Amino acid sequence: MPSFSRAWLWIVAFPLILLISIASCNKNQSHQTDLTFWAMGAEGESIEKLLPQLTQRHPDIKVKVQSIPWQPAHEKLLTAFAGGSTPDVCQLGNTWIPEFQAMRALLPLDSLVAQSSAIKPEDFFAGVWNTNVIGEKPYGIPWYVDTRVLFYRKDILESVGYQQAPRTWDEWLDACRKIKRQAGAEQKYAIFFSLIFNEWRAPVVLILSNGGRLLRDDDCYGAFDEPATLEAMRFYTTFFAEGLAPRNMTEVINVFQGFSTGFFSMMITGPWDVQEMRKRAAELTGKWSTAPMPRKENSSSTAGGSSLVIFKNTKNPSAAWKLIEFLSQPETQIEFFRLTRDLPAVRSAWNAPEIKADAEIQAFYQQLENVVPTPKIAEWEQIAVKIQEHLERVIFGQVALEDMARQLNRDVDRILEKRRWLLTKGLIEN
Amino acid sequence: MQRSLYTPYFFLMPALATLLVFFFLPVLAALAMSFTDFDIYSLGQIGWARFVFLQNYRQLLADPLFWKAMLNTCYFVLVGAPLTIAVAFFAALALNSKWLHFRSAFRLALFMPVVTTLVAVAVVWRYLYHPRFGVVNYLLSFLGVAPIDWLGDPNWALPALIVLAVWKNFGYYMMIFLAGLQTIPDYLYEAARLDGANWWQQQRNVTLPQLAPTTFFVTFITLIGYFQFFAEPYVMTQGGPLNSTLSVVLYLYQQGFRWWRMGYSTAIAFVFFSIVLLLALLNMMMKRKQEA
Repeated sequence: MPSFSRAWLWIVAFPLILLISIASCNKNQSHQTDLTFWAMGAEGESIEKLLPQLTQRHPDIKVKVQSIPWQPAHEKLLTAFAGGSTPDVCQLGNTWIPEFQAMRALLPLDSLVAQSSAIKPEDFFAGVWNTNVIGEKPYGIPWYVDTRVLFYRKDILESVGYQQAPRTWDEWLDACRKIKRQAGAEQKYAIFFSLIFNEWRAPVVLILSNGGRLLRDDDCYGAFDEPATLEAMRFYTTFFAEGLAPRNMTEVINVFQGFSTGFFSMMITGPWDVQEMRKRAAELTGKWSTAPMPRKENSSSTAGGSSLVIFKNTKNPSAAWKLIEFLSQPETQIEFFRLTRDLPAVRSAWNAPEIKADAEIQAFYQQLENVVPTPKIAEWEQIAVKIQEHLERVIFGQVALEDMARQLNRDVDRILEKRRWLLTKGLIEN
Repeated sequence: MQRSLYTPYFFLMPALATLLVFFFLPVLAALAMSFTDFDIYSLGQIGWARFVFLQNYRQLLADPLFWKAMLNTCYFVLVGAPLTIAVAFFAALALNSKWLHFRSAFRLALFMPVVTTLVAVAVVWRYLYHPRFGVVNYLLSFLGVAPIDWLGDPNWALPALIVLAVWKNFGYYMMIFLAGLQTIPDYLYEAARLDGANWWQQQRNVTLPQLAPTTFFVTFITLIGYFQFFAEPYVMTQGGPLNSTLSVVLYLYQQGFRWWRMGYSTAIAFVFFSIVLLLALLNMMMKRKQEA
């Protein structure tokens, strides 16, 4: 009876396997600290390669990395928080920090930073560090940074008389008009602003550059009808109204191809596209470059990037902090740049020869000294998408800009109702 | 004797218990939630959720985006469902024809879209719809039609998704129709032919009445399925451009899982549920009247 004896084998073996595995778990725990670390996208895939160095320094810490794709990351983190299964350390887009702080999910890092010799606020870009600070306390340590700059075709701009990238808004608009005029009847554009994937950053960058405000009164109400903000939004929609930028996004399925064929000559995007452009439009080498945002009142851009946070329900805050300290070392940051091409958050890492020699990357350094955080409130992303949604209606000529601003304010005020209530009750600090 | 009355319930217990725990309780909890402003703040501090009674519902009825989504969904159902059923019906007729060779090959080819995943299909269709390099515009150019920006133009995006949905779904209903067609006895057609009926008259007077129960079933299932319009805009357009492909379920999903406005999102769910329920009941009543 073979099946009978096999059943017996399982009955005996199963508890044995269980016992052994429980025993081995126990043994592990007594010697070392297990940390779970969630990282997103390309970072999650590269981080494993840095960990052996951490093990050399802290043999007692064992890091389990879980790599999460960016797309569902936000939902996944919220679900994990609702279910009480958050990791110890996590990579968090720095615009998400206010949201998780509002849920009281994050450990404040003020005392850890004060005691640390490895992490000092002044080593980081001020604007980016600031995105992590809510009510005086930092809740995250910048890991890598990004911001938006102008990518432009040197050759095309030269052909319309611009030896360098436009430095002011006037020059910018002028260059665009000249490019469009030069193209004539050919279906070409001067600049590309993405309207899909909720790409709200371009108009927000323009509002910031014009010295405009997004929200007013402790971020409790929309400020989109204020003159400086309105002017910046009008400037943005001008590009579409004059046909300088394409309205229909499906015309550009592949931005690299569009840039390389001269379908458009400029775009506003982030550091990840530097390497991508070199790879996917190799024939363009020497014909394109990057420059800080054209100036109006100032030349600000958004302070983007990812931070490292510790979740409140961690059992090992000190080990978690050691991991963050390790990842913030200038050497680790340079190594990380080599692996991912993510821009280092620690400024001294920018002295590495391969970063210094990279002309296209240097524009980002200049821009990063001049970045402003978007409003640090839990509702920000929701508001940002509303801005883009309403601006799209102006771009398609469905509504006048002033009316749109009023409607946008109304929508935003409604989103912020809960925040106002929590503030008046003194439940959240500003 | 008395015990036998309860026996069926005893055997139904496991199924009923599962339904209760995993369906009715969550639905009740969702209903309760729709009277609160449960949001991202409440996720951390449950005490920060406020009981707002009907405010979500009031806000919803005044929310232009909800009505836009409702309109889009109705457009999708009213155009998409009849189209799908018609295409499925004629495809089934063709497949059932006596003169067709390689029947199983055709059946497989027409059924194929049903079993492919929508995400993979979406990638291909995005290229088909490309305004400059797409096959659709290329073919239309022979008819002298100027290029259309299918997914980028607010007027064309929803029709484009309807075409995709019809192509993707008709195979399933075609199979059901085919099964129905095969149960119609040949002698009915023979009798009709003897009476001098031509092909159209045969279809009208034999096929359609014989297929009535099948058609009712297919209509019912398509309507309910198409009201849950979600995956196509989710992977193809994210509701854009200008919210022209925003469906009610996509809006509910965005409010609930993107912004974590659970109170509002559950209110959408219940309003939408009532509307679909009403339509389903109407459909049933119409059928009963027909039969009577």
